[in-house]
Amino acid sequence: MIRSIILSSDRRRFLFGTLSAVALAFAASAVSAQTTLLNVSYDPTRELYQAFNAAFVKDWQQKTGQKLTIQQSHGGAGSQARAVIDGLEADVVTLALAYDIDAIAERGLLSCDWQARLPNNSSPYTSTIVFLVRKGNPKGIKDWNDLVKPGIKIITPNPKTSGGARWNYLAAWGYALKQPGGDETKARDFVTQIYRNVPVLDSGARGSTTTFVQRGIGDVFLSWENEAFLAINELGKDKFEIVVPSLSILAEPPVTVVDKVADKKGTRAVAEAYLKYWYTPEAQEIAARNYYRPRLAEVQARHAEQFPTVKLFTIDEVFGGWAKAQPTHFAEGGVFDQIYKPAR
Amino acid sequence: MLVEAQTSDMLLPIPVAAARPQAALAPREESPAVRLALTAVALAFLGLFIVLPLVVVFSEALQKGAAFYFSAFAEPAATAAIRLTLLTAAIAVPVNLVFGVTAAWAITKFEFRGKSFLITLIDLPFSVSPVISGLVFVLLFGLQGWLGPWLAENDIKIVFAVPGIVLATIFVTFPFVARELIPLMQEQGTAEEEAAIVLGASGWQTFWRVTLPNIKWGLLYGVLLCNARAMGEFGAVSVVSGHIRGLTNTMPLHIEILYNEYNFAAAFAVASLLALLALVTLVAKSLLELRLDRRKP
Repeated sequence: MIRSIILSSDRRRFLFGTLSAVALAFAASAVSAQTTLLNVSYDPTRELYQAFNAAFVKDWQQKTGQKLTIQQSHGGAGSQARAVIDGLEADVVTLALAYDIDAIAERGLLSCDWQARLPNNSSPYTSTIVFLVRKGNPKGIKDWNDLVKPGIKIITPNPKTSGGARWNYLAAWGYALKQPGGDETKARDFVTQIYRNVPVLDSGARGSTTTFVQRGIGDVFLSWENEAFLAINELGKDKFEIVVPSLSILAEPPVTVVDKVADKKGTRAVAEAYLKYWYTPEAQEIAARNYYRPRLAEVQARHAEQFPTVKLFTIDEVFGGWAKAQPTHFAEGGVFDQIYKPAR
Repeated sequence: MLVEAQTSDMLLPIPVAAARPQAALAPREESPAVRLALTAVALAFLGLFIVLPLVVVFSEALQKGAAFYFSAFAEPAATAAIRLTLLTAAIAVPVNLVFGVTAAWAITKFEFRGKSFLITLIDLPFSVSPVISGLVFVLLFGLQGWLGPWLAENDIKIVFAVPGIVLATIFVTFPFVARELIPLMQEQGTAEEEAAIVLGASGWQTFWRVTLPNIKWGLLYGVLLCNARAMGEFGAVSVVSGHIRGLTNTMPLHIEILYNEYNFAAAFAVASLLALLALVTLVAKSLLELRLDRRKP
């Protein structure tokens, strides 16, 4: 009943405005691809990379005269890797564990031998798993075997989604394995008991920190050493203390260039320089100041007081590397799925 | 104490009512105790779930003083987030305005097959979780998705960039305008339009002179709600954003980041800005409702 609708000049102008706004949005995302690097990282490295990026930008400008912008994206390591696979154009990834980068390599975005490209398994800084407890350690938690006592509430994130949580899990497993008379069955029992004491599994390390620190849930928080230091310094030295267990795992968060993206954007040279900068004394000092254990002996010596000596085992020696540990323990239907039953 | 004072105020009309003949009022009258209890429950509920959180947001935001409060907005990442939120709303709201009006117009003024299916489709974004809405775009435009490889070849970025955020927001806010207009236009019927056509008006004239004036307040109301959601959307946008600081973070995402960085005062400062938007929307909404009521005979 109503004949054709003809656009008036008003409407046309309005439509044009909308279209040009959309075009502008597209253009804006294209322009930003000049001399910028995108570093896709995991949750607890926010403060670390803020400091590191500032230092590298300065260093790079001194050396080349080029002004550089480094963009950061943070989130759970697993979901960050997923985003890169789905097309988040990261020039470099700096994730919580090698398996997440392996997953990106599997899709052909970077070379499979990436871990050999930089010294120290491409992990310029390390960390370990420690316990954060409430001030005065009211439950008297000293070591891993105190965690399985009845009535202890443990906070740790979900190993399916959080890199840090996988390190927690493997550290507990390795501890049980290395006790006198320890074997796979005993380790499995031990880890089962630990997860029986976990009232809530957050999806990421930062979420768990908030649960323990802000919401006040739990007696002990299994945490990255760096995250534990940060929580204490940000939120109250008078409220928490760190307990270092007798044995823990050497957590190696690796870094690498995403070949496909860097080549496409023409940023390979600066991306590689960015990661190599980690191995300089200045950058190692930044790592130490942000509570990550440095690799360089001279910087280590300077911060010996901050990082107590812990007996550390590596994932390679106990579990045969991530390529083995991941499918055995954390895959769908793996050991974790078999032993974990949500708290009633 | 405050609650009590308010309730007794509200009960003032009771003596007047009680003076009237009992028989006429009996079916409508509850005992004063029940009325008092109901009012108290309603007010307590309102206070606990609406007023208290609002107070918390503003008091947390201002806990480090006004200077810190305003410096939270001056930070480049915050200004970028505010700008992106405004840009997203500036695109999503007009697009949905045009879509909502045309869809409501087609649905209420014409008869055609598949009409109820179209209405169901319009409602889809309401019934689907925002996370799914976001994932759909990743599955479509992501590197592993259907169109991803082609987009990558042609260097067009959709997900993890501004276009993806805009698309996800348009999707999520898509039903607001249409949903607001359809009942209104159904109620009004087609008589006035038919009269206009008979008198020789063109389709465009009919729309502009007859239909639009009839629906303008309802339309504004829909736009307001659409805008509020466009600025506040978290889930869908979070999935497609990529969380690049200063580039693809909207205000809600920026708030989460600040909170996770132990920067509580700044997080609540930005949150208070969003809360302010909600308050402005509420006031505007009440004013509009007043207008709408007054227009009715």
